[in-house]
Amino acid sequence: MSSTAQSMTDDRIARGATGARAGAAGACMALLRRDLVLAWRRRGELFLPLLYALIVTALFPFALGPDPQLLGRIAGGVLLVIVVLTMLPALDSMFRTDLEDGTLEQWLLAPQPLALLALTRVIAHWLTTALPLIVVMPLLGALLDLPAKVLPVLVLALLLATPLLVLLGSVLSALAAGTRRSGILLALMLLPLAVPVVIFAAGAIAAAQSGMPFIAPLTWLAAALILAIVLAPLACAAALRIAVES
Amino acid sequence: MNPPTATIAPLFSAHRLAFSRNDEPVFGPLDFSVGRGETLLIEGDNGSGKTTLLRVLAGMLPASAGDIFFDGTPAGRDSRNGRALLLGHRSGMNESLSVRENLEFLAGLYGSRDGMTAVAATEHVDIAGWLDEPLRTLSAGQKKRVALARLLLLPGDLWLLDEPYANLDRHGIELVNTLIAGHCARGGAALVTSHGAVRFADPRARHIRLGA
Repeated sequence: MSSTAQSMTDDRIARGATGARAGAAGACMALLRRDLVLAWRRRGELFLPLLYALIVTALFPFALGPDPQLLGRIAGGVLLVIVVLTMLPALDSMFRTDLEDGTLEQWLLAPQPLALLALTRVIAHWLTTALPLIVVMPLLGALLDLPAKVLPVLVLALLLATPLLVLLGSVLSALAAGTRRSGILLALMLLPLAVPVVIFAAGAIAAAQSGMPFIAPLTWLAAALILAIVLAPLACAAALRIAVES
Repeated sequence: MNPPTATIAPLFSAHRLAFSRNDEPVFGPLDFSVGRGETLLIEGDNGSGKTTLLRVLAGMLPASAGDIFFDGTPAGRDSRNGRALLLGHRSGMNESLSVRENLEFLAGLYGSRDGMTAVAATEHVDIAGWLDEPLRTLSAGQKKRVALARLLLLPGDLWLLDEPYANLDRHGIELVNTLIAGHCARGGAALVTSHGAVRFADPRARHIRLGA
């Protein structure tokens, strides 16, 4: 008796909400596609941080004098800091437009895990802001006489450190999304968190520079990255809920 | 074809539902239910909590007290996801993307109704000609029509429509009424807020009134 009632309910549900529910993988692909299309439409804006990094790098020989030995010794650390500072402004706007136009409301209401969408946004953000910086690293390294043997280690350290920074930044950016003019606030919150990242990346670069084994600091970075991939999207999702609720 | 309705719980019901912001009651406690094929009109003056009510029902805000049921079973915030579609004041679409890109992204998030595509949905609301235009080039009324196309495209049986008649011309208002009627005929239900300025098509629709 109750089973017939149940099947009737199922039938009615089927008639009301007919349609295929989207799978989580498909939803993430749709989001990634959308973010990359948007980034491509604004590719001029993506070029500006690269130009900024190039100019800042070019300032160092002017400020310190064209001494190849001095420049070569500090190049790795300088480039690391330039990358961190160049990434800051873009992190601030990671969720802002989506909060303003209601897209985040749709993220919340969609039958998808919010943390997974947040992680997808992190990946899209990394692809469009951090990856281009890593690609121009040989050019920036050449400006500062970076020793050739250090360049691969620098690139490897950046490949681990930049996703970590975007993951940390995503949580803070979600928290700050509701506040106006949060740019400098985000920088003040993120930079202390970036200190360990910079220390380990710089450790690997310094070790490579003096011909020592550099695997250990890189492994620490990788471990931190794995931890952040698991935890940061969850924190980011919680922060996004707060941003939409308020 | 219609099974008897007596044994079946209403699609959606709220029991002693209330919401307060900073200990200041916004609405409630409210008791109401909406069956399949029914439309519920929520009336109230500006600031009476209509939008907040819809946001609570959608699961975007946690209720301060009371319960929400889908098909007679208690529904937490996450289990409501995808079943309730909210048409709010914010479009939920990116201004730089085209109509088609926006709709296809949302279909990627929610899934899409059987046999419905972004193109077909825009044809229903008379904006098929603007399919590949960036959303920012559309007028406020046309954007509203895109938002209505979203309702048609996405699966979800409960429509939560917040002032759906705003920004629409007379044909647009008729369109909204046709869409709601069609949705109800398919076995869906709709909750519609209005500040009372627009006459509502279905005279049988029930009303609840919010207000201080």
